[in-house]
Amino acid sequence: MSEWWSYSLRDLLLFSPQTYYRQFELHNTEWWPLPLLTLGLGVALLFLLQRGGVRTRRPALMALVFCWVWVAWAFHWQRYAAINPAGGYFALAFAIEALLLLWLIAPGPQPEFVPKLHRRAGMGLFLYALLLHPLIGLAQGRSLAQAEVFGMAPDPTALATLGALLFVRARAFWLLAPISLLWCLISGATLWAMKAPDFFVMPLIALLAIVIATASTTTVQSCIDLHR
Amino acid sequence: MTRKPNPIRRRLLGTLAAAPFVLPSTGLAQPARPATRAIPSSGEAIPLVGLGSWITFNVGNDSAARDASAEVMRNFFLHGGRLIDSSPMYGSSQEVIGHGLKKLGRPAYLFSADKVWISDGDEGPTQIEQSRRLWGVPRFDLLQVHNLLAWEEHLPALFDMKAAGRLRHVGITTSHGRRHGELEKIMASQPLDFVQITYNLHDREAERRLFPLARERGIAVIVNRPFRQGELLDRLARHRLPAWAAEIDCTSWAQFALKFIISHPAVTCAIPATTRVDHVIENMNSAAGRLPDQAMRARMIAYVERL
Repeated sequence: MSEWWSYSLRDLLLFSPQTYYRQFELHNTEWWPLPLLTLGLGVALLFLLQRGGVRTRRPALMALVFCWVWVAWAFHWQRYAAINPAGGYFALAFAIEALLLLWLIAPGPQPEFVPKLHRRAGMGLFLYALLLHPLIGLAQGRSLAQAEVFGMAPDPTALATLGALLFVRARAFWLLAPISLLWCLISGATLWAMKAPDFFVMPLIALLAIVIATASTTTVQSCIDLHR
Repeated sequence: MTRKPNPIRRRLLGTLAAAPFVLPSTGLAQPARPATRAIPSSGEAIPLVGLGSWITFNVGNDSAARDASAEVMRNFFLHGGRLIDSSPMYGSSQEVIGHGLKKLGRPAYLFSADKVWISDGDEGPTQIEQSRRLWGVPRFDLLQVHNLLAWEEHLPALFDMKAAGRLRHVGITTSHGRRHGELEKIMASQPLDFVQITYNLHDREAERRLFPLARERGIAVIVNRPFRQGELLDRLARHRLPAWAAEIDCTSWAQFALKFIISHPAVTCAIPATTRVDHVIENMNSAAGRLPDQAMRARMIAYVERL
């Protein structure tokens, strides 16, 4: 498109808010009761992550990889691409993130030291993605059927992943988090274009994750320096 | 578009919506027919109000929403509508229009207006053929180069299609008031049947050079963004419709805005988009009653600018 820079985000929005939120309702309905299962999977994932140890973390991270592949195919490719031509690219990005997460599962060094404060922040972010984010639409009058559920919808999956990365491996955050962070911005921009009052939530959480990860990386480096 | 519901009107609309697609010749009162204006190059008259599909018909694979879109189309045709406009840029809109047309038995009086929107001129024919299949029409009544994209390559191909009888009219579009200078040069140099531009109570730049040029060159004008994607109506809805709007049979701000557009003698058709049956009927009725004259148009502008 010529002079694309002169268009605002709202000029480029291809669908109505009703159509956007309806995608989640149709997605949840089509795959019911899978949303309940992915929610349960998220709880199990958090439990395994907080227990620590490579053996328990591997199946947990494998479950996270599955969620990214599932969202890429079932949501972005099969559903969102029908109303947003960029949906195919989003599917590709989510598949790439799944591959990157596999790197965490591959046999490697023992779990690194992650400060307790940052582990708690990661857990808090994961819990928010799992339990509170799906309810955000209720406050705006949308039905529970349109809830964006972890493992089914991109937003809570990306947020939970940021939490998991903070929790598990702070030093790898910058390698594994960019796609999640970018998605937070894309989602926030989409909601802003739709004039959704909660447009700031995803970018704000991404910013918080960056701040925590930066502090976390610095703290880890300090600990390593102390032990040398 | 956000408008306050009117229970009486809703009941009336419900009755109309329940009427069969083809009204019987006796018994029921026929909806008022919209006024028409001739396409200068072909002489064919089309209603002053058409149906856009930007955003509203991009509903993806949602079968309930597709059926709702078909219902909008049904009421559009029922009230004398003909021209439906879409583009490959509009997501699933073409497919949704195709679904509606199939459901309605492919009305013969449809005036199908689509666009070519691809940067590689060689890919244009493939995209047009794909669009045609999605609509399910034998040929398009109008194909327009979308947002002037690669117009130097697409226009000759469209003129060739027209000469071969595979297309009836050729046009070019822009929106949001962009690139009017370039459009003016194309209008002056190319044998266009149509241009599509943005014009409404707020965006009136087209009046200065494009409308006079369109009349001089015999080019039909389709007007997009008549409500500025609802923003104009949202702003107007905070105020009461002036009593004198009744003099031109206006019952709502949407009709006020539409009548202003279609009363310009250079305008052939405005294409508001909607997801609602009551709104499409309201839009079509804008072309059925009295239209403002020059003095009234000036009054409308002055009133809106004071708000």
